Amino acid sequence: MSLARRLLISVPYTWLLALFLVPFLIVLKISLSDYANSIPPYTPTLEVGEGWSGIKEFWSALDFENFVFLTEDALYIKAYWSSLKIAALATFFTLLIGFPFAYGIANAPQEWRPSLLMLIILPFWTSFLIRIYALIGIISNDGFLNQFLMWIGAISDPLVIMNTNLAVYIGIVYTYLPFMVLPIYATLEKLDSSLLEAAQDLGCTRISAFWSVTVHLSKPGVIAGCFLVFIPALGEFVIPSLLGGSRTLMIGKVLWEEFFSNRDWPLASAVAVILLLVLIIPIVLLQRNEQMQREQNK
Amino acid sequence: MNADAPFAPWEDETATPLIEFSNVTKRFGTFTAIDDIDLKIYPQEFFALLGPSGCGKTTLMRMLGGFETVTDGRITIDGTDMNGIPPNKRAVNMMFQSYALFPHLTVAQNLAFGLKRSDMPKSEIDGRVEEMLRLVQLQKFASRKPHQMSGGQRQRVALARALAKAPKLLLLDEPLGALDKKLRQETQFELMDIQEKTGTTFVIVTHDQEEAMTVASRIAVMDHGKLKQVDTPDRIYEAPSSVYVADFIGDVNIIEGQVTQLAEDTAELSWGEGKPAIRGMAGENLSISTSGAFAVRPEKVAIFTEEPMDRHNRVSGIVEDIAYLGNMSTYYVRLESGALIKSQIANNRRISRRSITWGDTVWLSWTDTAGIVLAS
Ligand SMILES: Nc1ncnc2c1ncn2[C@@H]1O[C@H](COP(=O)(O)OP(=O)(O)OP(=O)(O)O)[C@@H](O)[C@H]1O
Ligand SMILES: [Mg+2]
Repeated sequence: MSLARRLLISVPYTWLLALFLVPFLIVLKISLSDYANSIPPYTPTLEVGEGWSGIKEFWSALDFENFVFLTEDALYIKAYWSSLKIAALATFFTLLIGFPFAYGIANAPQEWRPSLLMLIILPFWTSFLIRIYALIGIISNDGFLNQFLMWIGAISDPLVIMNTNLAVYIGIVYTYLPFMVLPIYATLEKLDSSLLEAAQDLGCTRISAFWSVTVHLSKPGVIAGCFLVFIPALGEFVIPSLLGGSRTLMIGKVLWEEFFSNRDWPLASAVAVILLLVLIIPIVLLQRNEQMQREQNK
Repeated sequence: MNADAPFAPWEDETATPLIEFSNVTKRFGTFTAIDDIDLKIYPQEFFALLGPSGCGKTTLMRMLGGFETVTDGRITIDGTDMNGIPPNKRAVNMMFQSYALFPHLTVAQNLAFGLKRSDMPKSEIDGRVEEMLRLVQLQKFASRKPHQMSGGQRQRVALARALAKAPKLLLLDEPLGALDKKLRQETQFELMDIQEKTGTTFVIVTHDQEEAMTVASRIAVMDHGKLKQVDTPDRIYEAPSSVYVADFIGDVNIIEGQVTQLAEDTAELSWGEGKPAIRGMAGENLSISTSGAFAVRPEKVAIFTEEPMDRHNRVSGIVEDIAYLGNMSTYYVRLESGALIKSQIANNRRISRRSITWGDTVWLSWTDTAGIVLAS
């Protein structure tokens, strides 16, 4: 390999090393430390100046105490479990809404498609936080939705959506919809319409042709979309803390509280390490899905 | 029907057609893609649709398959009006121009796709798939995915899939378009063989007139949504009903002029001051003293170095070009009138012994029945 090529390849690796691996190792190190009322709020700290004995001393002070604690206090397991449930259910709802969106755009007249896609992406141009606050303005007790429904007389008392799990679902679906729509659209748009006709020709009704051709062939897009929604939703913190109630339990929120309210960095780091391990499984699955898709398109 | 009689149900008044188009019109918005067509196709025919791009061949097929509705008129298949009957309820299968194989299914699963959705018992499906694979000689490829096969193999899978349900009618939209010439010819014979074995009625769309001539029992020549002529390949070639058809099928020399004489099956055309009229067969709808065109195939035009006094049809000109095609040569002869006439001569002799070269003055001649006088 020439030097130039080696140099070129080393750029992304250096990037990953500096911005992923090193921070991760730091977090891992902190998660193995103990809480201390100092700055930084953990111990031990590595004293390189003391040479070999300093490193040895540092090493012997690390332990898995925090991880053990995570398994002992039911709060954490519950929080992980509840996050998984909320993320999975929210992903399902996003799929339920996103698929028809993608299907509609893919079947719209050619000249409309770019504008329709633009409409899907447009909200990204506004800050995420502002969008969440805008959502609060819509779904809160005296928000637009309730005002409108009461005005047309559909309800007499405002619907309580804010500070419930429902608000969290609405928030996740609303925020992550484009991540679902875009990959599904990409697979549907490539779909050869003669495949649908061939299916009908071979005895399918319109609906069964849709099922056995369109749905089947959009699977890679659906899987990619689901992971792209599920992975960030699992660690989501802003949505549950702004829209969810006190009983909405999500690991992202727990993490934040450990860090900033309790200042227990080591425990918070342990929570983060476990979260990362949990996420590695879907990330690997997502990559395998993409690999498969590439092979099929060859 | 007498077993020895040639297959020609279209000449039999009592034969019942499998497909009947009555005054069928198809419009897309204001554009008329199919214009008031009447057509009968008989069981076990190998029927070819031929015509320039955009003339409505695919549209005609899609109406048979149930993918396009008929704007006006009626299509019946096996005596049943097809209006409003969806594709899955028709005993018709289509082989798509793009093959339309399901990329996520193996070859065997592609073949089984239609069978699973038919009333065939589950236990018989595997056997039928096996039989179809054997028919197109793809037994070894049963578990491959379409993207792992060559264009020719995919095309055979598509054919087998369309045949698997044993349809009454098989529609083939440019099935051989993607193949090279040699494979194309092989497949043409394979198609004919399969058609004979299965007894299915084939309707094939093609751009390639040679292909249509090879495989078809009858050919329909289309233009701008109309049928210009529906006839057997030899009649289309030998007795085209219009200049359009003569020009579309094969190579042809056209000489324009005035119809001066008209008998029952011969006609004469005067085509230049002081030149003797050309004599040929009389085409359809010909009337005397109107303008007409004489059409003659290049291989029916003989070439002489001296004036052939014993022939009625003879014209002279200068050899402008000679195209050597291996088994034959084409001579391009410019007449005094400016018309360019082609004469095609089989190369029975070695090149060195050919006596005609560029710039020679030659005589061209053809028999009285070699060409046809057509209304223009
Ligand atoms: N869905 C449609 N909407 C509007 N016009 C159409 C549609 N389908 C076909 N046409 C028009 O009808 C005409 C006939 O089309 P068709 O596809 O039948 O041609 P074709 O003879 O099969 O041509 P080719 O040999 O190029 O395949 C064309 O002018 C085409 O533009
Ligand atoms: Mg076509």
